[in-house]
Amino acid sequence: MIAGHDSVIVQTVVRLLLPWIRIFALYVLLHGHDSPGGGFQGGVIMAASYILIGLALGRDELDRSFPEESALRWAVAGALVFLLAGMLGMAGGGGLLDYAAAPVPGITRIDLRYYGVLVIEIGVFMTVTAALTLIFARLAKTAEGEAA
Amino acid sequence: MIASQLPALLVVVPLLAALGVPLLAWPWPRAAWPVAVLATAATALLAVAGMLRALAGETMRYAAGGWAAPWGIELVLDPLSAFVALVVAGVAAWSVLYGAGVDDPRTRDRQGVVAALVLLVLAALLGIVVAGDLFNLFVFLEVGAIATYALVGVGGGRALVASFRYVILGSLGASLYLLGVGHLYLATGTLNMADMAARLPGTEPSRLVPLAVGLVVVGLGIKMGLFPLHGWLPDAYTHAPPAVTALIAPVATKVAAYALVRFLFTVLGPAYLLEHTLLGSALTWLGALSILAGGILAIRQTDFRKVLAYSSVSQMGYIALGIGLANPSGVLGAYLHILNHALMKGCLFFVAGIATLRLGGSALSDLRHMHRRMPVVTLCLVVAALSMVGVPPTGGFFSKWYVLLGAVEAGRFGLAGIVLAGSLLAVAYMFRIVESACLEPRGEDGHGHDRDGHAGPRRREPAAALLASVLALAAAVVAAGVWNAPIVDALRRAPMAGP
Amino acid sequence: MMALAAGHGVYWAAIALALIGFYAMIAHGNLLKQLIGLNILQTAVILFFIAGSAKWGAVIPIASRAAGAEMAAERAMNPLPHALMLTAIVVMVATLGVALAVLVRLYRRYGSFEEDAILDRAE
Repeated sequence: MIAGHDSVIVQTVVRLLLPWIRIFALYVLLHGHDSPGGGFQGGVIMAASYILIGLALGRDELDRSFPEESALRWAVAGALVFLLAGMLGMAGGGGLLDYAAAPVPGITRIDLRYYGVLVIEIGVFMTVTAALTLIFARLAKTAEGEAA
Repeated sequence: MIASQLPALLVVVPLLAALGVPLLAWPWPRAAWPVAVLATAATALLAVAGMLRALAGETMRYAAGGWAAPWGIELVLDPLSAFVALVVAGVAAWSVLYGAGVDDPRTRDRQGVVAALVLLVLAALLGIVVAGDLFNLFVFLEVGAIATYALVGVGGGRALVASFRYVILGSLGASLYLLGVGHLYLATGTLNMADMAARLPGTEPSRLVPLAVGLVVVGLGIKMGLFPLHGWLPDAYTHAPPAVTALIAPVATKVAAYALVRFLFTVLGPAYLLEHTLLGSALTWLGALSILAGGILAIRQTDFRKVLAYSSVSQMGYIALGIGLANPSGVLGAYLHILNHALMKGCLFFVAGIATLRLGGSALSDLRHMHRRMPVVTLCLVVAALSMVGVPPTGGFFSKWYVLLGAVEAGRFGLAGIVLAGSLLAVAYMFRIVESACLEPRGEDGHGHDRDGHAGPRRREPAAALLASVLALAAAVVAAGVWNAPIVDALRRAPMAGP
Repeated sequence: MMALAAGHGVYWAAIALALIGFYAMIAHGNLLKQLIGLNILQTAVILFFIAGSAKWGAVIPIASRAAGAEMAAERAMNPLPHALMLTAIVVMVATLGVALAVLVRLYRRYGSFEEDAILDRAE
């Protein structure tokens, strides 16, 4: 069991930092399709916020904020968002991942392409956040001698 | 509309199922395998449709994302990839049915995970087959490999050691492959296979390309499990849960062989191979070495599954040898052996898994009385064993025959001798298995007590799903031999196999 | 086609790094060290690709509305190797995650990272 850091200063600073880290993660995510960044990078930063919880506040706190079962579900759901968004183009008669062909009424092809990438990036973001947090949580747990 | 989407659907359908299964398995753990069986059956039907299109003389080029070929990601379904896709999807359909029927104590409480990873492996293998560029091939190779590492390790214990060795060697192979692809990218500025094939002859002669070819061939050689590079294979096949071995043993190495064929024949092209004969002869000797060493090592094993694993090394040698010969007969033999070895090795590993779970172990001595307890399964074992040796009505005969013909046509009589010696080795190691399964051990009257304490071995065939998959592959082994003429005709359209 | 702009130095550095990683993979009986070697090897491949995309005085290949959308393609870095290596890094992370999970389970079961010790105890 990874205990929290025993210094109150560290714990408090971490609690104060968390919202900013997460806002930055979302910033990186949302700017991914027209500037450096994207779902993977944003997801890594987001996962870092959860790993920080695990390291500074202890695993109980991590389990409360992001339980392992829900992390697994988020990881699968993110990949599913990616795949389904990619398949929308197929439904509209285009190719796989051809967002412009997606049959969504009222949106121009250019905007479809623009927002299609964003949806894909959100899927990646979900999966990366959940998967990296899960890897950390599982390894921390098994390393400490609980059931593997 | 479905037809034009075929190359993408081959990957998307199993992938969608791989993601859907865990979501379904949380509320309904029992739904995992039935969904997986349905999805693989649908994939196999798609592969059949793809094969029909290819037989009609059509090569499907699919631009993912609507970006045209040299820049965008291209998926290609030509006669060769349609054929390998059909082999992979067809065998996988039975493997997954088998996996659904296996009642393995080691994986009983993780059925959702195993089913999802099996589907992920299938999606990745089909992705390798349809990939039209070298980097996507790498990505699919690794997606499949990572899922396989996890599947091998699911059993725990010795399987973990096997899994870790597979991680190290498999990733080494993939890294060497990627390094080679990087060199080719620097030399040509493209990753698309067709585009690279067009540009390679125009590049200035440099050491980049031969180095790249060496790296790619060694990298894929590791993935194929050729002799000096086979270190990961026997343990992974032996210690993985039966439901897992049933999928990876028949098809995973074949897909690596397909990747090698694609690289040598589509990207480098016949002209390059004629100019650099060293490459071809290196590959033939690597194959010959695999045939001999794999066969000899197989004879020395006392475990059913280890014998099969080392015989895989030996049989992959035939494929490498046929590819290295680079004449129509040899290459045709290699293609045929991709089909036949997938069928017979699938059948044999199905039997091995049943033996492990039903007879209490996979040591050869555990197999005694098998012909009394499970006569139908034993019959299938014998059929597949005959095919391994290369006895005429079975498929194995024809693939070995064409490889032999290729060696003779090339005037390489030493290699022809090794092909024949490989069959003799197969006689030796397969006979030991059949002997243990069929013949009564000396000094016993055949009415000993089995592990359940019942007097005498009772006849009890395995569950219907297991029996159906074993029978299906055994029938396919024979069918691939009896109807080999249309198969050969179809394969003549594939690269380098034409008359 | 694409000259290694930074000269061949980076190329040899990548090869040296790859060989160091390879040596660690084959010379050590410690599974954790083999894994570290594998990571060094994979990093060398990434360095190799990225070095191939480098150019002196190049700009980042992003056409932004703020910059007036005017940019000369030949002045930009080649973005493709970067995209490829982002994918390769993801592959690396996934491999590392699976390998570490296997190692942790091995360590809990056999109490060692040494291959010989594990194989002895597994018999």
